[in-house]
Amino acid sequence: MGAVASNAPLIAEPLISLRGVTKTYGQGATMFQALKGVDLDIAAGDFVAVMGPSGSGKSTTMNILGCLDVPSDGTFLFRGHHVETLDRDQRALLRRKYLGFVFQGFNLLSRTSALENVELPLLYRGDEKRARRDAAMASLDTVGLADWWDHTPAELSGGQQQRVAIARALVTSPDVLLADEPTGNLDSERSVEIMQLLTRLNAEKNITVLMVTHEPDMAAFARTVVHFKDGLVERIESQHRQGESVES
Amino acid sequence: MFGTTLVLALRSIRRHLLRSFLTILGIVIGVGAVVTMVTLGKATTAAVQQSISALGTNILQVRPGQGFGRGGGGPRPPDFKPEDVAAIANQIAGVTAVAPQASATATAIYEGANWSTTINGTTDAIFQVQPWPLASGRRWTPVEESAGAAVCIIGNTVSKNLFPGGDPVGHRFRIGSISCDVIGVLTTRGQAGFGGDQDDTVVMPIKAVQRRFTGNRDIRLMLVGVDERFSTSTVQAGITDLLRERRTITGDKPDDFNIFDTKQISDTLTGTTTLLTGIVAAVAGISLVVGGIGIMNIMLVSVTERTREIGIRLAIGAVAREVLLQFLVEAIALSCLGGVIGLIVAQAAIAIIAPLIKVQWLFVPEINIFAFAISAVIGVVFGYFPARRAAAMNPIDALRHE
Ligand SMILES: Nc1ncnc2c1ncn2[C@@H]1O[C@H](COP(=O)(O)OP(=O)(O)OP(=O)(O)O)[C@@H](O)[C@H]1O
Ligand SMILES: [Mg+2]
Repeated sequence: MGAVASNAPLIAEPLISLRGVTKTYGQGATMFQALKGVDLDIAAGDFVAVMGPSGSGKSTTMNILGCLDVPSDGTFLFRGHHVETLDRDQRALLRRKYLGFVFQGFNLLSRTSALENVELPLLYRGDEKRARRDAAMASLDTVGLADWWDHTPAELSGGQQQRVAIARALVTSPDVLLADEPTGNLDSERSVEIMQLLTRLNAEKNITVLMVTHEPDMAAFARTVVHFKDGLVERIESQHRQGESVES
Repeated sequence: MFGTTLVLALRSIRRHLLRSFLTILGIVIGVGAVVTMVTLGKATTAAVQQSISALGTNILQVRPGQGFGRGGGGPRPPDFKPEDVAAIANQIAGVTAVAPQASATATAIYEGANWSTTINGTTDAIFQVQPWPLASGRRWTPVEESAGAAVCIIGNTVSKNLFPGGDPVGHRFRIGSISCDVIGVLTTRGQAGFGGDQDDTVVMPIKAVQRRFTGNRDIRLMLVGVDERFSTSTVQAGITDLLRERRTITGDKPDDFNIFDTKQISDTLTGTTTLLTGIVAAVAGISLVVGGIGIMNIMLVSVTERTREIGIRLAIGAVAREVLLQFLVEAIALSCLGGVIGLIVAQAAIAIIAPLIKVQWLFVPEINIFAFAISAVIGVVFGYFPARRAAAMNPIDALRHE
């Protein structure tokens, strides 16, 4: 995995570091400050749940962390590099290399098989056909859908679609998995399955997971919970997870 | 990178087959129309040239009067006499043969069948001037010719109408007030480029026609065969000088006869059909441009419709250039596909239409290549704008798009 993550000492340089990040939408009378100076450090290998009331700036923060958007002000360090100064294409390349996305609405390409959906990031990376197939199948296997590779989204249940989306996010072996309300469209049983999958990926593949959720049951799977309120980080808490002891 | 884009574009076309088909319909029609029109135009030109060369390309037609549509007032200029024919044949270098012609119309009757036709009186020289072999039978002998015997060679149309199903040679039929023996049948020549059915004729020795039908020695038309090694204009000038002298036209008085060069007619008609082909092709070309606009239209709709897809691609790390290329390649692939289908449709249309308008089937490589190239260019030109629009999208907004 990443250089920072390997043999990470207890006090490591954080993988992600936000300092005084603000985000202002619109101009003049319709101007609205969604983020008002967010400070946040995320260590490599952490499992973070982001919670908070609607409109508190959770998605805005996730978009910035996912390099889909840039802060209006403040600094964003990823592995010690400034991201806020990168241009569109540089951010795209960063996403391609280090980040995986899971969305509330799954966002799979319709009329496209699970396998082709999962392959897509590898196509942009320019992998050979064979390598693409193998990696995509392995990724589908990880989420337990190897047998469903030729099904289109319309032929899959919501939970299965979300697992395909996770397989797509995983296929490039990213450092960070960003999920904005990944269980928002699923019933509680399916939600638990997804959370177990994310927990396993976090533990076995050492992928840093950042997840927005409204449900305390889902947040219970995380190691760190970040609470947002009115465009600011209200508090951060570390919590024990089942069968795990937290040091410090 | 390009391979990837091509894969993505082809997948997208495959995924939306019906839409893809509708998108390229305009190009299919445009390319099909251009190729069909130009090819049929060329075939028509070739057909016109062929039917004129069937008349014989090295022939001068000499008639009294000042040509078509002129010489209104004054006395009618005199027709030619047999002596004029002999003079031209003997005195002008480069003349292979001179066939006089005197015509009349009459009704031919055989066993209850009757048919109104044109009688052409001429001499055996006609067969040297014009390539017009017999399908069966024989030509008349010099004795029959000088005696003005009532023997005739009939065209195919006359043969079919008077002697349906049988061989007319050796039979005798009535034409006008005389009886006539059929000694031969001409091969079919078909419709002339102008002047109707060339097979609707009864050919007889000119003396027979003059004596029994026209009642004088007048010759309305002389067909002059020109040796290939001589230029028709030199021979034409020689005939003009000779006829002016014989008809005592002096000084700057205009000719009272005209000489027509079939090669000249051929050139004129060819020029006309080529021009018409150009005009029709231009109209078809406009439909090609309209087809291109159709592609742009649907690509623009498709970009809007696929906003979310574009958002997904951008989110998982596609750079703007890759999205642009994908849509551009998609447009080019579509229009090239349309081009190929258009070419196939054109070949089918040509195969169907050519026999209907009685021209030869033809394949013109240049126009096929040209039309295909244009369809590819249309893909680039009309695909660029929608593609740029797709590439300029913001991933967050695109993902949020419903
Ligand atoms: N593109 C935008 N233009 C203007 N305002 C925006 C835009 N995106 C978000 N906002 C505003 O910024 C604020 C924070 O939005 P954000 O989506 O981050 O909230 P959230 O915490 O994710 O809420 P929820 O739990 O409902 O998803 C909201 O008040 C929203 O209206
Ligand atoms: Mg949100």
